[in-house]
Amino acid sequence: MAGQGHEHGPTSPAIAAPAARQAADEVEVRGHIVDSLLLPKILDRILQMGGSFEIRDCKIGMRRTDPSYARIGIRAESPEAIDAILADLVEHGASPVHPEDAKVVPADIAGAFPEGFYSTTNQQTQVRFKGRWIDVQDQEMDCGIVLDPAAGVARCVPMVRVVVGMPIVVGHAGVRVIPMERPRESTLFGFMSSNVSSEKPKSVSLRSVAEAVRSTRAAGKKVLLVGGPAIVHTGSAPHVAAMIREGWIQALFAGNALATHDIEQSLYGTSLGVSIERGEPIEHGHEHHLRAINAIRRAGGIRRAVESGLLTSGIMYECVRHDVDLVLAGSIRDDGPLPEVITDTLAAQDRMREAIRDVGFALLIATALHSIATGNLLPAWVKVVCVDINPATVTKLSDRGTFQTIGLVTDVEPFVRALAAELATAPAAG
Amino acid sequence: MATPTMPPDPRGPRPRLLMCPPDHFGIEYEINPWMDVTQGSDAAIARRQWQALREAVVALGAEVELLEPAAGLPDLVFTANAGLVFRGLFLPSRFRFGVRQGESPLFERWAREHGFEVVPLPEGMYFEGAGDALFCGETLFAGYRFRSDVRGHQWVGERLGVSVLPLELVDPRFYHLDTCFCPIAPDAAIYYPGAFDEYGRSVIRDQVPRLAEVSAEEAASFSCNAVVVGRTVVLNRGAPKLAATLGAMGFDTRPLEFSEFIKSGGSAKCLTLRLDGEEAAAWKSSPAAG
Repeated sequence: MAGQGHEHGPTSPAIAAPAARQAADEVEVRGHIVDSLLLPKILDRILQMGGSFEIRDCKIGMRRTDPSYARIGIRAESPEAIDAILADLVEHGASPVHPEDAKVVPADIAGAFPEGFYSTTNQQTQVRFKGRWIDVQDQEMDCGIVLDPAAGVARCVPMVRVVVGMPIVVGHAGVRVIPMERPRESTLFGFMSSNVSSEKPKSVSLRSVAEAVRSTRAAGKKVLLVGGPAIVHTGSAPHVAAMIREGWIQALFAGNALATHDIEQSLYGTSLGVSIERGEPIEHGHEHHLRAINAIRRAGGIRRAVESGLLTSGIMYECVRHDVDLVLAGSIRDDGPLPEVITDTLAAQDRMREAIRDVGFALLIATALHSIATGNLLPAWVKVVCVDINPATVTKLSDRGTFQTIGLVTDVEPFVRALAAELATAPAAG
Repeated sequence: MATPTMPPDPRGPRPRLLMCPPDHFGIEYEINPWMDVTQGSDAAIARRQWQALREAVVALGAEVELLEPAAGLPDLVFTANAGLVFRGLFLPSRFRFGVRQGESPLFERWAREHGFEVVPLPEGMYFEGAGDALFCGETLFAGYRFRSDVRGHQWVGERLGVSVLPLELVDPRFYHLDTCFCPIAPDAAIYYPGAFDEYGRSVIRDQVPRLAEVSAEEAASFSCNAVVVGRTVVLNRGAPKLAATLGAMGFDTRPLEFSEFIKSGGSAKCLTLRLDGEEAAAWKSSPAAG
């Protein structure tokens, strides 16, 4: 498998290093900072010292004797770099803003947050604990933050996992969000700046996606594919199987449908009874789908079916053969379902949470609900590309907070075929 | 008043300067690149040079008040560093180096005894008075980095209700603003660009309409550290180019010898504290604000 002992190529800015390693602080500067050029000087020094800044508040004095005021957010690549910048800025009159520690209340009932709990976003978040800003781990939107005072560790916790007595952060004091940095140089991803459009040059978009997959692998991160059954209906399964075989994909999230249609195609050459080869329904073809599920259930599951030689091709086959972290989450209309399908929704969410750790790039193809579910779990610094024939899927994903999504409104098959071909021009490292 | 029997001066109130005889002056420690304890200074020459300055300013019409020298405080002679005078207020210095901190109580007592309201700076801020804070027009130009800090200046600006423009000093030889910047009129100043960073230079160029730029060579002979009385600039000998520039700007120059004090990092300006407002300070001629 890729990932071990390979060369670390340059990381594409499109999937810039996770913000979780960065550090940030805030300073205030007041006085005649405009005329004296102290403000531009301070901003310049931040940049010179390798940091970046954001002016959070600025009040310019109206008369010449009125002092001005600016509150500046500073970010750098490490706490040491932040300390160096702060030490320098203090000399020029800037003083650190000293906020209070995060307030914590023990959960009074299980499965619910205390009133006034801090509700998370998918952006990098820090909480102040004993005067220091610590990164919140397992960043995920729509969660609470549990702060373990003994270990000095904070992490996101879903509502349903709250147990009585769990120390939960309440209010906004002592909590801060470090917004995503915009890539400074223009990249192919920067070029695709509007998040959904069918009017983008497809070849450019495609090369960008391939480049993101490559650089994610080069950086030692996992690529996640979230797919809907249309992948199989449209005849894209062999291309996805090829990408898995070549080591481009390390995790796959789907439902019962994708797996079933893929297996049906492998066993009978049809998808929902339609011949993938000839594109027409075949006699008694509608039975294939249920017979495929039945065969796998009789075999004891997908893995067992591969091991016994029953299943010899397709996406599921390649997932088993290449140790792809496969999470199949069930839904109410599932037939069977396949034995690997997790029918407890909360258990499926937890498995997905586990599997998204170390994911650096997510490709969401032709599935609305699984895409949104995955988007909800991903921190904002993981780049997401959503490919769907229906623009509404991409829009929905963005509307639900996965704003980092880049949408490609296109037919799935030509896209996946071209992506597999583009990736095949250079083998996966490892 | 020192001379109550004299008729009022037709030229207006006489300029008043505070000086301190160099009885105990010497190089006893090293807190700037000029000081060298092994070289020392000549007490007799120093006294003659100090006396010549005193006579020169008196001849220019100034009145000189004297501060009692004190043993163990060799730099007490540099009265410019006593504090900042603004109308009836005296903001005493808070020296960065411990060896000079003993001067503050003497300067404060003198100011209080002479009718000034003494307004101390908050703890934890450094501020070295008229050494680092000079009015040019309505604006207080303030040097920071080596001795005073920006926060101190901002506090002073707020307390006095004036615009204060901190300028970073980047050359340790010019550790006080008055070693590289000298306002001579509300719209004019002498300055040495090499002592400032780009920002500082732009601020000075933007804010001061008429500038006499000093060369590196003449700046090193302390020519920016000058005393201005009326239209006359008293400065160290060895700055013919500056003298010519000032002449063209309508100022007279009075070169004197300050070699013994330069060994300590000070010259004419450092030896005086203007008590009634520098010639360049707009506030001295404007009515007192509420």
